[in-house]
Amino acid sequence: MYLYDTYDQAMVDARVAEFSDQVARRLAGTLSEEQFRPLRLKNGLYLQLHAYMLRVAIPYGTLNARQMEMLGQIADRYDRGYGHFTTRQNIQYNWIRLDDAPAILADLASVGMHAIQTSGNCIRNTTADHFAGAAADEVADPRPYAELLRQWSTFHPEFDYLPRKFKVAIIGSETDRAAMKLHDIGIQVVKNAAGETGLRVHVGGGMGRTPMIGPVIRDWLPPLQMISYLEAALRVYNRYGRRDNKYKARIKILVHELGAAAYAREVEAEFAHILTLGLEPPQAEFDRIKAQFADPAFDAAAPHDIDLSDPDFALWVDQNVHPHKAPGYGIVTISLKPVGGIPGDASADQIRLMARLARAYSFDELRVTHAQNIVLPHVRRADLYTIWQALDGAALASANLDLISDIIACPGLDYCSLANARSIPLAQKISQRFGDIQRQRDLGELKLKISGCINACGHHHAGHIGVLGVDRKGLENYQLLFGGSEGADTSLGAIIGPGFSEDGVVDAIEAATNVYLAHRSGDERFLDTYRRIGSAPFKQAIYG
Amino acid sequence: MADTLIRLRDDAASTAPVLTLAEIAGVSNAAAVRLVPGDDARALLPLIDQLELVEIAFPAYTDGRGYSAARILREYGYRGELRAVGDVLVDQISHYARCGFDAYQPDQPLTRAAVDKAIATWPEVYQRTVDGRVPIWALRHG
Repeated sequence: MYLYDTYDQAMVDARVAEFSDQVARRLAGTLSEEQFRPLRLKNGLYLQLHAYMLRVAIPYGTLNARQMEMLGQIADRYDRGYGHFTTRQNIQYNWIRLDDAPAILADLASVGMHAIQTSGNCIRNTTADHFAGAAADEVADPRPYAELLRQWSTFHPEFDYLPRKFKVAIIGSETDRAAMKLHDIGIQVVKNAAGETGLRVHVGGGMGRTPMIGPVIRDWLPPLQMISYLEAALRVYNRYGRRDNKYKARIKILVHELGAAAYAREVEAEFAHILTLGLEPPQAEFDRIKAQFADPAFDAAAPHDIDLSDPDFALWVDQNVHPHKAPGYGIVTISLKPVGGIPGDASADQIRLMARLARAYSFDELRVTHAQNIVLPHVRRADLYTIWQALDGAALASANLDLISDIIACPGLDYCSLANARSIPLAQKISQRFGDIQRQRDLGELKLKISGCINACGHHHAGHIGVLGVDRKGLENYQLLFGGSEGADTSLGAIIGPGFSEDGVVDAIEAATNVYLAHRSGDERFLDTYRRIGSAPFKQAIYG
Repeated sequence: MADTLIRLRDDAASTAPVLTLAEIAGVSNAAAVRLVPGDDARALLPLIDQLELVEIAFPAYTDGRGYSAARILREYGYRGELRAVGDVLVDQISHYARCGFDAYQPDQPLTRAAVDKAIATWPEVYQRTVDGRVPIWALRHG
């Protein structure tokens, strides 16, 4: 993985110094809260219902054991002994004191980490396929591009006060594991018939209150024009994106109102100008970065066949281990979704255990997934049993990846000042209702996503089953959506009908799964059956 | 001591009347103009060699359109004064400088020393812009 050189480190250190100064001015009263707010947000520091929340960047979801251990140490030292991994492949701490923030940032900087641009109306932390560099189905590794994007977007002077936040995701395989088309910019690294690498660029996707799937704005872009093209795409947005209404300020609204073709023409005109300016890092820089993402020294003799006689272990391997490109290796996903647990939460001890396992068995590397789980990307299959035993001893061996209890949930009204309803207790009730793992496996892949408000941090639009918490005359109420997907077959869910109480929505979900089981044909997933038979049978079962 | 106008240029400030974008259309020898958010900076390109001063208004510092306006003018070769006017705060100065501003007229008190310190915030930079700084990717490869 990419390691900071002295330049990268100096930039992070400078940011710690700058932000420490800003905090000092706030605490001294020379900065008003109003003036301080956008400054702290650019460093991921939110004021939530009960305390400050700090969102720490994990660029494209990749980190090493030492960094992971620091995340555990921060949870112990400055929070309440746990952290919350998010759909942005980041980690959030929910109980932070403002006067501790500079010290936390200094601790993070000591391991090459930071909270730069994890909030605010700027280019946010770039996300990527969490199986990058490991997946058997990968066409090209997106990480070198993601790192180029990280550097380019860091303290970009023109795009720090955009109309609204701006999120870029990048993938390098046909299987979309990053919800790429639901980002402001989604990039897919592709190869043409001649084997040449290019980039396909989607612009104007997003969730929130106006969900949209990003259209292709550039079907083929030479890889070493990526920065120039994004300069153009962002400049058009910065100049023409709406600033009169924050709910219409995302680039998806601009692309939608102009039309994708007209937006693309504007970008092309700006791109032609920008190409004359020499803004693109050279091939040598790309090669320098790419070399750091070279394959680790895989054991060519690693055996594929392993002892699966322990049925619980076999279940976990079947559900949570993906094919790796290297023979004898697998990709382990550690579920942070135990039955009755808080999706994405991990204790400091669990974080440290995962770090140790990464160091011992995964070439010192971990990934955070947008589905709020942790990946050990490069594991010898022969080591799986040892790893599973260690995870099992720490309540980290739930064999529920992509099953109904592998729920994405935002922090909701338990923490968030924007939320209308709680997400966490609902996720806990659903996972308990479907607690039996064999029942879950019989239901198959079923992505359930819960947002506590219309801002959609819990990706409810993209859930096979989505739940949206709303405020209905002062009471928490939950709307149910079906038919969303974040994968290569990206689609937006539709609300099935009137909302429910917390218990009512759990019953409705169970009724929907029964409709699926009654109508399922062959290997169909819930989503496939829903798409085939439509909403009527589900409405009938739920509302009578 | 706070200054009302901080110029990081050695030449004398323009004394020409500052016109709006609409007003310069009928003035053949316009030398100073003020852009507001939403104005198209490229409308000034035919005048780029005769302009001495372009003021770019920031009614609210959170409206970042002026950064693009400034950078576009510099990219096309504008050499005159580029002045950020309005809600201009110390925490944005380093970005202003990187986008080509070389003068500041803030609503709130701001000192020259604070401006100089702000411009020195970043030891290096990741992007090539219009301020002449060599980006890190170029430093890495000599």
